[in-house]
Amino acid sequence: MADKYNAETIISETHKKISNAFDVFDHESNKTVDVREIGTIIRSLGCYPSEAELHDIIAELEEEEPTGFVRYERFLPTMTKILLERKFRPITEDLLLQAFEVLDQQKKGYLEPEELNRYLTQEGEPFTQEEVEEMLSAAVDPDKNVILYKDFVSMMTIDDHR
Amino acid sequence: MGSGVTKAAEFNKRYDRDGNVIPAALTMKAAVMIQRWYRQYVARMEVRRRYTWNIFQSMEYSDLQDQIKLYNFLGYLVDNFTPSSSERNLISHIFRENEVCRDAEWERYFSYANIEVPDIYSGPRLTFPLDMAQVANLAEAFKNKQNGMPSLEKPYIFNGDYVDRGKDSIEILLILFAFLLVYPGDVYLNRGNHEDHIINLRYGFTKEVLKKYKMHGKRILKLLQKIFSWLPLVTVIDHRVLVVHGGISDSTDLSLIARVDRHKYVSAMRPPKKSSASRTNLYRPAEVQDEVMTSKNSQGTLMFPKPLGSRDSFQRRSLQNFSSAITRTVEEEQEIRRRQAEFSLSGFSRSHQILSLSLSSEVEEDSSEFTNTDKDEWKQILDLLWSDPMSQDGCIPNEIRGGGCYWGPDVTEDFLNRNNLQLIIRSHECKQDGYEFCHNRKYQATGMTRGLSLSQSMKRTEHMALKVLREQLFAHKSDLISAFQEFDKEKIGLISLDHWAAAIERVLHLDLPWHVLHVQLVSNTSDNLLDYHAWFRDLALKKPGCETLMEALYRHRSTMETIFRIVDTDNSGFITFEDFRQTLKLLSAYLKIEISDEAVNELVINTDTNNDGSIDIDEFMEAFRLVDKSRLERGRSQLKLKQENQDLPQEGQTPQTAESAASQNVQSPDPKTSDSLETARSLFADSLHSDTRDFPVLQRAKSLYLQTGTSQDSKIDECSAPKTSDSCDLHT
Repeated sequence: MADKYNAETIISETHKKISNAFDVFDHESNKTVDVREIGTIIRSLGCYPSEAELHDIIAELEEEEPTGFVRYERFLPTMTKILLERKFRPITEDLLLQAFEVLDQQKKGYLEPEELNRYLTQEGEPFTQEEVEEMLSAAVDPDKNVILYKDFVSMMTIDDHR
Repeated sequence: MGSGVTKAAEFNKRYDRDGNVIPAALTMKAAVMIQRWYRQYVARMEVRRRYTWNIFQSMEYSDLQDQIKLYNFLGYLVDNFTPSSSERNLISHIFRENEVCRDAEWERYFSYANIEVPDIYSGPRLTFPLDMAQVANLAEAFKNKQNGMPSLEKPYIFNGDYVDRGKDSIEILLILFAFLLVYPGDVYLNRGNHEDHIINLRYGFTKEVLKKYKMHGKRILKLLQKIFSWLPLVTVIDHRVLVVHGGISDSTDLSLIARVDRHKYVSAMRPPKKSSASRTNLYRPAEVQDEVMTSKNSQGTLMFPKPLGSRDSFQRRSLQNFSSAITRTVEEEQEIRRRQAEFSLSGFSRSHQILSLSLSSEVEEDSSEFTNTDKDEWKQILDLLWSDPMSQDGCIPNEIRGGGCYWGPDVTEDFLNRNNLQLIIRSHECKQDGYEFCHNRKYQATGMTRGLSLSQSMKRTEHMALKVLREQLFAHKSDLISAFQEFDKEKIGLISLDHWAAAIERVLHLDLPWHVLHVQLVSNTSDNLLDYHAWFRDLALKKPGCETLMEALYRHRSTMETIFRIVDTDNSGFITFEDFRQTLKLLSAYLKIEISDEAVNELVINTDTNNDGSIDIDEFMEAFRLVDKSRLERGRSQLKLKQENQDLPQEGQTPQTAESAASQNVQSPDPKTSDSLETARSLFADSLHSDTRDFPVLQRAKSLYLQTGTSQDSKIDECSAPKTSDSCDLHT
């Protein structure tokens, strides 16, 4: 009895979470969202997909004739599966720190803005100019003009409620 | 920690044959990781920004409900009260006609030359006629950042709602008026629904002015009332674009509006008085001519820009997106140019005839159109200032705002065609990106721009939005508990998240993403079940009181405060006992809650902090400040410090108070019992009595802390400015 309650509740609550998140972006209240917001919605539900993974998801969600919108009926099952299978798990603070340490090849303990800029806009799944500027504005220590990545990571992960 | 080590191994997977790490692959992995993480962070912030926005929008509407409450209350008074002698005073206070002085008196009363500016004043000093340099100084002094001052080449139309938002309303107004004086032909100020003294009472502008101008505040407010009533309602650019604050309805009649004596409508909140014969709008064409000749400004709510040169360039700039949509025959074009030329040459006195001709499709107007009742005019004005667009066709009354209507794309289409216009520009609602096209791009809304970013300001705004939301939740505590108990029939006190969300939505109708918000609103859930009583304790008011009474008054506190301020006709910040008593009685009758004479008297006696028979409105309203318990930590430790350092006078209290404090979960105490009376009395007594004027909030909290005894119940406000009202906080 308790198990049944839990399983049903979990699915129901998952659906509600997805529905709520979807609604935040459903500007016309017609159960559709702009396809460009899908990434944001998925991430807001606690997932950390890469851009490539997102592309795949979106391809699955789009209509045969892409309209630029995604309907809720299609989104719900896909997203439920993602959440229940716990795909795209969060990146922990430790992991993040190590990533920065890898980039800090000289083991200085900090990164120059130019350095980080270069890495993020040329490596991996490159940031846009806007993205990197935004990040740097939060990351760069105004006095020393470098990125003290350890502090930065701590600061950013405090917000994490989940 | 374990997972960290494992993942680190992942990094080191790719070795070359000699066992050296291949940097490139590593770097790429690291970069992807950071990018993935950061994009997730951005997305989460974006959602928070969005729902903060949603909260404010909902609050805005629910706030507007308050306005309706006020309006309904006034209506109720009118309908239901044949005032006894004691009530008569109050009601006549509320409905008294605004004494608009005769012109000569007016000049004298408002003469700025009589106001002495002391030598020690170091701010900008203005002399008339104003010039641009002075205005620039003024702006600089207010530290406003403006993108390009108005000038000959850059005409501006400001579309209303200059006040009641943020704490610098008067500064904004001064700058706008200064521009108007320097560039009378290039700056246009439309009236918005907030250019209305009753709305200002409610939304904080009145308070702001009184606070900033202790000596001349009342005079300034009276003057502004008059000025607001003279602001044009609509501006039309080049016969093509209509700019109005709210919108239109299916009955909007521009020619009628052009004829309206707009300064009669000092406030849109007061229904029109019965018009006496001398003040009716019986306009015959001859009279129109006369009226316009004698006083340029009394007619003509439509204003036209200056000579052809600058107008053309302005037109080019504002309509460049739409020139393709304009389909005019050559003759039509010529006709328009002729009229424009005629207009600029003939001056204002002929504008009406030209206007009427160009706007209405019929050449002859029925005589009936010239005899309009005040009511029709009033509706027209309400529609212009209060309406909102909707996506469906048709035109329905705007229930939410209580005035104006919702109008659909078909109404826009029809209106534009009838009046030979291309576009409507309106404001009145916020749009996330600052603007939006609707109704087949025939209409463009401008409003507050998206100024929120990932930075601290967003978090602050979010914090505020959530605070406001918590207040709403608290205000509906009894209803919510009933709703919860629909799901929790055995009254265990626990409820699932789903049910919690459903219940809240059912009660509040705010259409917010409760599942998303629940993380912020609820601090403790075990096994996914929420202890709702505990949750309400967290949301509690300063002191547990007689819940139904307090809740009801709390819910209507803005109406109550507004009435107080209306009644305080000389804007002194104080009202008499009698008025206070009467207001509460009327409010209780209207809300259908019992406040016995006894109870009211008790309240009255205990709220007189000055012992002079009057009540400080701010002080009284302070008692309703909602405190979020979970943020008390800082306050509490501060308090402990103060306690240690001072000997605190113990407030005399009856044992009943302590009892009531303990029984804070009682759902619906009978308001008539002496228990609740006692509690209500002490609530106000404690919160309002302070020995010193320094840190009044802290003092109050101190005494509350001591009385209730347990640390659990200490409710201490964040030690911010003690007298900001909640209604001011809402709009920043």
